[in-house]
Amino acid sequence: MTSTSSDAVPISTRLSRWANQHRKWLFAAPAMAFTAMLICFPVGWTLYLSLTDAKGSVRRPADFIGISNYLRVLTDTDRFWPAVARTGVFTFGALALELVLGMAIALLLWRTFRGQRWVRVSILLPFVATPVAIAMMWRLIFEPNIGFANRVMGWLGLPPQPWLADPGMTLPTLIFVDVWEFTPMVAIILLAGLSTLPDEPDEAARIDGAGLWQRFWYVTLPMLKPVVLVAVLLRAIDALKTFDLLYVTKGQGGGSFHEAETLNIYVYGLSFKYNDFGVASAVLIIFFLMILAVMWLLTFRRKGAKL
Amino acid sequence: MSTAQTASAAPAGTGVRPARRRRAPRAKAYSAFRATMIAVVVLVFVVPLLWMVMASFKTNVDIQNTAKTFSFTPILDNYRHVLANDDYLGFVRNSFVVAFLATGISLLLGVPAAYSMSRFNMHKSALVVLLARIIPGVSLLVPWYYVFANLGLVGGYGVLVISHMFILIPISVYIMMSFFDSMPRELEDAALVDGLTPIGAFLRILLRLSVPGMATAAILSFIFSWNNFMFALVLSGANTKTLPVAVFDFVSYASIDWGAIMAATCIMTLPIIVVALLAQKYIVSGLTAGATKG
Repeated sequence: MTSTSSDAVPISTRLSRWANQHRKWLFAAPAMAFTAMLICFPVGWTLYLSLTDAKGSVRRPADFIGISNYLRVLTDTDRFWPAVARTGVFTFGALALELVLGMAIALLLWRTFRGQRWVRVSILLPFVATPVAIAMMWRLIFEPNIGFANRVMGWLGLPPQPWLADPGMTLPTLIFVDVWEFTPMVAIILLAGLSTLPDEPDEAARIDGAGLWQRFWYVTLPMLKPVVLVAVLLRAIDALKTFDLLYVTKGQGGGSFHEAETLNIYVYGLSFKYNDFGVASAVLIIFFLMILAVMWLLTFRRKGAKL
Repeated sequence: MSTAQTASAAPAGTGVRPARRRRAPRAKAYSAFRATMIAVVVLVFVVPLLWMVMASFKTNVDIQNTAKTFSFTPILDNYRHVLANDDYLGFVRNSFVVAFLATGISLLLGVPAAYSMSRFNMHKSALVVLLARIIPGVSLLVPWYYVFANLGLVGGYGVLVISHMFILIPISVYIMMSFFDSMPRELEDAALVDGLTPIGAFLRILLRLSVPGMATAAILSFIFSWNNFMFALVLSGANTKTLPVAVFDFVSYASIDWGAIMAATCIMTLPIIVVALLAQKYIVSGLTAGATKG
């Protein structure tokens, strides 16, 4: 194309031609730029703050103090390591129970039955409902004197429990709430996976005389493995970062004995209660590395896996 | 609800007839067992929610009365109290404004991005967007607060919309990518042969065909924005508080008035329940997008 002929083309046509040629980035760039801007700057800044003694206000000039924040955090057996342990216990406990129960429910609802639409809608409710509402609801249910939980214990002939009022029982109780809230989500993801499986391998195994458990363990489960991994990944990310439930039921610091203080709650307190930005940033960087490590471990064996 | 099928109608089609006939009594027992288990599952997930709804219609005296767990005289005082006090309707409006704006703009940015990422296999670029789903929100809040406060934005709708978009764009991109992935490439080729430009083909053909996908992305985006607590907790001002923050504050400041709190949580959850009932299919397909083609 010579310059004269391109001059003859009206500007709108040239613009449209340019847009069509560059549509790949024209379409992708705004969303990517928006997200990258909101991530890169804060992460860079957090990295910087983690190496300074920033405290009180981020406007106050902070001194560069090298890795001492990291050393302080990593040797802190008072708040940091217990928070790491609680994060691990909460995430692992909730995830394991949700997987087992979710799989059981998915298998239970797999083959069609009358009223299945209503059953599926009703199990959708726990995890689409606002987490703050769910947390409030369980706070009242587990209220030792007037709550529904101790009434149910009474019907079952069991002694009433202190639930969230007892530091020792807090974490298991909160794991229970998380399991109640998100088992349906795991079940629905697994159910979607089950419905795409071919019938033939299961049929063949049945004709060969395999029992229910054998058919599940050796036929269904291996075929379902990719879907299970997706469910694990999604739940692990969210469980590690659980905030709403813990903050609404136990407040800042995770209760008077920090019994519900996970890393996320700990960092929130450091940032917005103590304004201890340097230390908070160091904890955040460590927390983020932990999440990446978990993700890496989970996707390690899946070559070419997409998130 | 939840009546299992009888054995004769059980798993359709592929059956080995003689074997099934031999096991008929067992199959019947199994289907009764299955129906019972399904009923138990439904009860476990629904009863706590029902109990919350019932508590919202009780006086605080009745909430404390063990004898009145299920039999009580329903009252509307809690709802009247909530709707009269605390500018609650203003918080409802805030939640709607933020959720609609954030959902709309996220789709505007997310749908074309998802198309490009799917069409041109930009998996590395997609990872940038999806990284937003992994990163802990707290790590962003301090820098965001600082920047937005300097720009004079904290306490306005804008900053809430931006922070929610940060969550919603990855959701839209994730859902729409798997939607575009499943769309045959020939559709676009045919449109090009017919003389449309690539962008024309996207706007006139592909977008129209992806309405179900966009509905899915919009519904899930709306739910996630409506439910968001942590970002609004830090970034909202007295006049832009969204419902979750308002309900949370209700507990911190009032002496614990459980009846009113339960009424407030019921009002907050109602729109989500309505959406879930009307759009169950879309919610399920959105949550499982990508999961089934691992």
